[in-house]
Amino acid sequence: MKYLKFLLVGIFFGIVLFKAEVISWFRIYEMFKFKSFHMYGVIGSAVVIGLVVMFLFKKRKLKTMDGQPVHVEPKKKGVARNLLGGIIFGLGWALGGACPGPMFILLGKGVVAIIVVLIGALLGAFLYHAVKAKLPH
Amino acid sequence: MDYILHPWPWYVAGPLIALCMYLMFYFGKHFGVSSNLESMCSIAGAGKLVDYFKFDWKANKWNLTFVLGLIIGGFISNQWLAPDQAVALNPDVISDLSQIGIQNAGAQYLPDEIYSIDALLTLKGFLILIGAGLLVGFGARYAGGCTSGHGIVGLSKLYTESFIAVAGFFIGGLIMTWLILPYII
Repeated sequence: MKYLKFLLVGIFFGIVLFKAEVISWFRIYEMFKFKSFHMYGVIGSAVVIGLVVMFLFKKRKLKTMDGQPVHVEPKKKGVARNLLGGIIFGLGWALGGACPGPMFILLGKGVVAIIVVLIGALLGAFLYHAVKAKLPH
Repeated sequence: MDYILHPWPWYVAGPLIALCMYLMFYFGKHFGVSSNLESMCSIAGAGKLVDYFKFDWKANKWNLTFVLGLIIGGFISNQWLAPDQAVALNPDVISDLSQIGIQNAGAQYLPDEIYSIDALLTLKGFLILIGAGLLVGFGARYAGGCTSGHGIVGLSKLYTESFIAVAGFFIGGLIMTWLILPYII
């Protein structure tokens, strides 16, 4: 039962990305062709409101349900890790038209071929940790 | 009800995404999808091959439950909330795509040339799908986050690392869309 709230947020997030066509390969292609404002509007407005939310977390105007201050993990430092990892991610995002969230939403939609993409993503995550000692970070 | 059944505009979707992020932090957790890929590797026994995956994935059950929700959300939307799944693309995009071999762009969410079973059963089609997944999974964990963790949370926190990562997402995406896709579809 204590996980029910996460299930509900997941369902809601899945519906939002589905209904806003964020899970459409075509919308991702269109974004990278700079032919529509749609995806920039989705991400941009999420970030603008996110900025306010994070500010209120920091000022402790918003807290967790237990009344605790919200702690947001810092991201790992390093230009190489973020830039190279980002580029590799972007190549895959534009090729398959799906980032990790939409992959699972498309699975729920009943897209059989996405299973292959998901297996690839699991292999990719595995491979990174298998070879990370040899990579620049 | 019509408002729900029609495609949702960006100014509805963006704030609702921020709401989901807020709720995850309100519940005392965080917002990020790609770390679940590592939990799933761990469940599948990847710890036998790479020590990193020996971590206790059960500590991430909350996030795996969120992912289960994504799957259910996709199912519910497809069944009941999206009777018409045509995507209103820019006409330029439709003609661009037809020139590189993708027809009927926007008639549905995904191109048949990539996502149909027929495409999957060709060597090229299989390699495109598995390759897309490999790049996303590898890149997300190398960068330590994906569109949710870096793109939404990290940018909202004004983390320099996330600006670098998102710049990377775009460099990679532009290279694929403009320089590689036209030659491999």
